[in-house]
Amino acid sequence: MALDQSFVGRTYPPTAPYEVGREKIREFAAAVGDENPAYTDREAARALGHSDVIAPPTFAFTITFKAAEQVTQDPQLGLDYSRVVHREQRFAYVRPLRAGDRLSVTSTIEAIKSLAGNDILDVRGDVHDESGELVVTAWTKLVARAAEEA
Amino acid sequence: MAAKISYADVEAGTELPAQSFPVTRATLVRYAGASGDFNPIHWNEKFATEVGLPDVIAHGMFTMAEAVRVVTDWVGDPGAVVEYGVRFTKPVVVPNDDKGALIEVSAKVAAKLDDNRVRVDLVAVSEGQKVLGMSRAVVQLA
Repeated sequence: MALDQSFVGRTYPPTAPYEVGREKIREFAAAVGDENPAYTDREAARALGHSDVIAPPTFAFTITFKAAEQVTQDPQLGLDYSRVVHREQRFAYVRPLRAGDRLSVTSTIEAIKSLAGNDILDVRGDVHDESGELVVTAWTKLVARAAEEA
Repeated sequence: MAAKISYADVEAGTELPAQSFPVTRATLVRYAGASGDFNPIHWNEKFATEVGLPDVIAHGMFTMAEAVRVVTDWVGDPGAVVEYGVRFTKPVVVPNDDKGALIEVSAKVAAKLDDNRVRVDLVAVSEGQKVLGMSRAVVQLA
């Protein structure tokens, strides 16, 4: 069944702050095999003009993806998450995430479409730091594939 | 920000050094832990095939993370990436052996923008199939 269009434009409450840990950045950089010293060496990060080690560009998704569960698990929206695939991902960075950031995500449903029985959901996550400044915006497009005919 | 590449030294069409990134089941387990994405399609063959996939597949976000390394390695400062977006067009299928799969990434400067920024278009291929579409980054150069 197509999702309720009245959810378009709905914004969910900001998430509790997520503190970006330097060891979590190290773990993530190691998991993608990226040896750029800006992720692990504070002096190397400072030489590039950052105040502390920074996180790889896609690290932001680990935070926005958890935050988007407010939307994807919203029983009122009724998305069949077992049929969901990640179709598109986009980020706009004001600055990189860095160790010590305390980040809060506000998720908004930007669009809901129905195409050949598939539900297509666009969620925007605005990530703010403790001072309220925008750090990164993430756009996530999810598709819930149509269920097979019984 | 401290990009190593100067805007003046780059033309539309400039190619970035291409790279290949191996991915095995062990890589995926490690990425699942680091990212918090424990969807069983990325580690459980039985589950993956039951939902219609050919085998265990890599996280799209893993592929996205590898592809942008061609950009961040080139520019030096990962913080110079201003925008980055992809479409997940085909899954990277990761067989259960010690060889796994290979993600091959090439990139070139597609356009010079204002304020010393350039748009880089990326191509990511695995097993001869394009796995990312509309893969683009905007980068702040020196």
